[in-house]
Amino acid sequence: MSGPSTYNPKSGIERWLDQRLPLPRLMHDTMATFPTPRNLNIWYTFGGILTFCLGVQIITGVVLAMHYVANAGLAFDSVEAIMRDVNYGWLMRYMHANGASMFFLAVYIHMFRGLYYGSYKAPRELIWIIGVLIYLLMMATAFFGYVLPWGQMSFWGATVITNLFSAIPVIGTHIATWLWGDFAVGDATLNRFFSLHYLLPFIIAGVVGLHIWALHVPGNNNPLGIDVKSPQDTVPFHPYYTVKDAFYLVLFVILFAAFVFFSPDFFGNPDNYQPANPLVTPPDIVPEWYLLPFYAMLRSIPNKLLGVIVMGGAIVTLVFIPWLDTSRVRSCRFRPLMKQFFWAFAVCCVLLGYCGSQGVDAARFGIPLVWVARIASLYYFAFFWLIMPIIGLIETPKKLPASIAQSVFGDNAATPAE
Amino acid sequence: MAATTSDAGTRRDFIYVASASIGAVGAAALAWPFIDQMNPTTAALALASTEVDLAAVQPGQQIIVKWRGHPLFVRRRTPAEIAASKAVDVASLPDPLANNNALPDSAPATDANRAVKPEWLILIGVCTHLGCTPTVSTPAIPEGEYGGWLCHCHGSMYDTAGRIRKGPAPRNLEVPPYTFLSDTRVKVG
Amino acid sequence: MHLKTLSLGLVAGLLVSSTAFAEGLDTKRLHPKDEKFSFEGPFGTYDRGALQRGFQVYKEVCAACHSAQHLSFHNLDEPGGPEFTEAQAKALAAAVKVPAEPNDKGETTDEKGTALMRSATLADHFPPPYPNENAARANNGGALPPDLSMIVKAREGGPQYVYSILTGFHQSPPAGFKLTANKYYNPYFEGWNISMPPPLAANGVTYSDGTKATIEQEAHDVVTFLAWASEPKMEERKRFGFGALVFLIMLAGVLFAAYRKLWKDQH
Repeated sequence: MSGPSTYNPKSGIERWLDQRLPLPRLMHDTMATFPTPRNLNIWYTFGGILTFCLGVQIITGVVLAMHYVANAGLAFDSVEAIMRDVNYGWLMRYMHANGASMFFLAVYIHMFRGLYYGSYKAPRELIWIIGVLIYLLMMATAFFGYVLPWGQMSFWGATVITNLFSAIPVIGTHIATWLWGDFAVGDATLNRFFSLHYLLPFIIAGVVGLHIWALHVPGNNNPLGIDVKSPQDTVPFHPYYTVKDAFYLVLFVILFAAFVFFSPDFFGNPDNYQPANPLVTPPDIVPEWYLLPFYAMLRSIPNKLLGVIVMGGAIVTLVFIPWLDTSRVRSCRFRPLMKQFFWAFAVCCVLLGYCGSQGVDAARFGIPLVWVARIASLYYFAFFWLIMPIIGLIETPKKLPASIAQSVFGDNAATPAE
Repeated sequence: MAATTSDAGTRRDFIYVASASIGAVGAAALAWPFIDQMNPTTAALALASTEVDLAAVQPGQQIIVKWRGHPLFVRRRTPAEIAASKAVDVASLPDPLANNNALPDSAPATDANRAVKPEWLILIGVCTHLGCTPTVSTPAIPEGEYGGWLCHCHGSMYDTAGRIRKGPAPRNLEVPPYTFLSDTRVKVG
Repeated sequence: MHLKTLSLGLVAGLLVSSTAFAEGLDTKRLHPKDEKFSFEGPFGTYDRGALQRGFQVYKEVCAACHSAQHLSFHNLDEPGGPEFTEAQAKALAAAVKVPAEPNDKGETTDEKGTALMRSATLADHFPPPYPNENAARANNGGALPPDLSMIVKAREGGPQYVYSILTGFHQSPPAGFKLTANKYYNPYFEGWNISMPPPLAANGVTYSDGTKATIEQEAHDVVTFLAWASEPKMEERKRFGFGALVFLIMLAGVLFAAYRKLWKDQH
């Protein structure tokens, strides 16, 4: 909970600053003494990890922009020059490319944490909605960024996604032409995508500021989903969570380093090491893994416009979650029925991702994957629009503990095992 | 246990100091690649030396070669030009120092310190005033009063050893590092 | 790439590939041969001898049709690569001609119209065998020989795929397979019809270090060279990575101890 500030400037400089621009006070109140529930687990460390990821992407991105040339004839070669000639250019490029994948890995864990523990429920609806906005901005940024190396997948991925706009009746083709700046994806498109790719992360940073500000009003949720009732329920953010977050951040960075240094092309597609050729379409156009579930949804609908609406609807749906879930209980730890549907939803997302990665005509065990994608898409929408409202009303939740402190320290508090 | 700010004692504990120090060392080590990436690339460094073929240059003639992004004057001096240069009293020059990369800063601007082989004068063709490219003086078209170069931007005049004689330029034209690979081939840089 | 498909499949269920085909023979490319290379794995490095021999194969066999324009002559003497001496690299460069810059009259061709050429220096990129794509196609029956600078990274299957193509010729096609005119049978290539004639032959090059030049040896060496061409910084990357991971594990250990100490009485 945000309460009155307890900051007490001691030195002369601190007092001088405090009267003019109280940054030390802000740091103190939000990151030092901020009362945080004492029972936060590993899944709560991903917010800090995400801030780190944003910083990594911005710093490596600015560095890459010192050497990258956003021109259709030179882009591919400029990226190779970065890989070969620029001192540590290979490191900057691999950190940036793999950093994007790590960024999305972290954001998905962060979002699933929010779903499981009911972090979107009142009074935290706005934090969740701002989060969806950040997620949208991230997807746009990643999409623009992937076009920049101007490989085969860059070009054709841009072509497929921008062509979606032509599905809009009447004005669709005009919008597509306007986006391209030409009659097809080309140099004009590349230049504006570079400009937007540079811009968006700073907008994300601003929105992240709003996200954290909105969080600091009610304070953090916690795995039990019950409110903080007394100071016994919390610990100061520093040093308890600064150190804990630092530790888990290092574990995350170890995973990041494993990819960057030992398998830097794991998340990539070999076709993107071929220069873009507007006359030759690769046999399978696939986006990066973090966009695959939505790609699968899009492809599962035979009608172009409906496919776009379904894909867009899947993301817009997220905004309404705080009102779709009717349960009085926040955390799935105490919601035995909802918990099952949650895990089924997680499996459904992974399944959709797998479908998106395969060719349109692919089949496994004799089942065409397009049907698997259709059923999984159906479950996706059913989970939010049917299951969330209904289960909240019919479920009998488990008994909630009296308080966080009682659950952590208390004698008979047998906290459910996840 | 009431949640209060951690007591001062824990801050001094070894484990916290160790974590912070190791973290700081890591951050410093990671900073180097980010700084080094702004240094010239291996492609730029590959262009750092140029070999110049001197065979076609006639006495009294200058060729201009591109070197590290700058014009390089390679001039084959006539005996008259060499003599004129040697006759100059170095102490009376506006800039009495050699400005030769291969020599210490204090070396005087004698003709020998400006051209290893008197016949070949190799200079960086950037006026030491504000960076324009001076025009070479030839018997057919003299430029300036000293038989060397005239910079048309602000009137600086250089002599037959590229030393500043008149005008706003403060230093003599810079002599780059070079070695002769043979009588007709020189490697600059 | 193989790993990615497998891990996705593991979560979604067992992966059994069984795409259906409509007509006759399934001309899907064969799974690449399981050739081992010295540079694979977290501790792998490039074999210098293989790199130098591979460069020789590229220069004498492949460069006639395939460009490698992202490579520069100065890469040949840099650490992590074939590591020729500077003198050797300069000599290799000087043996190659590149278009000259305009002369004092502003000309780039002589009176007969042929382009003026000069010897390459360390600063130059490897020159392409053809001036543009149309010329390349005209000289190769309409097919475009791809640039080889990135070929190992640009193909699914990587070095094993390229090795299999190079050693996959000289076989008889199965009964019922129709070989397209002006193409060659190679079952490791999608569709089994490849435009490239078999490039390698036994003793096609004479290795200066005396290694016996079988097709497999030549293929292994040139693939090693091409792998380096795609990833010249691989050794530096793994070295840096090893240090980074050791450091990070140490840091994690120290932070873990700090975390446990701090939280001892708070759980």
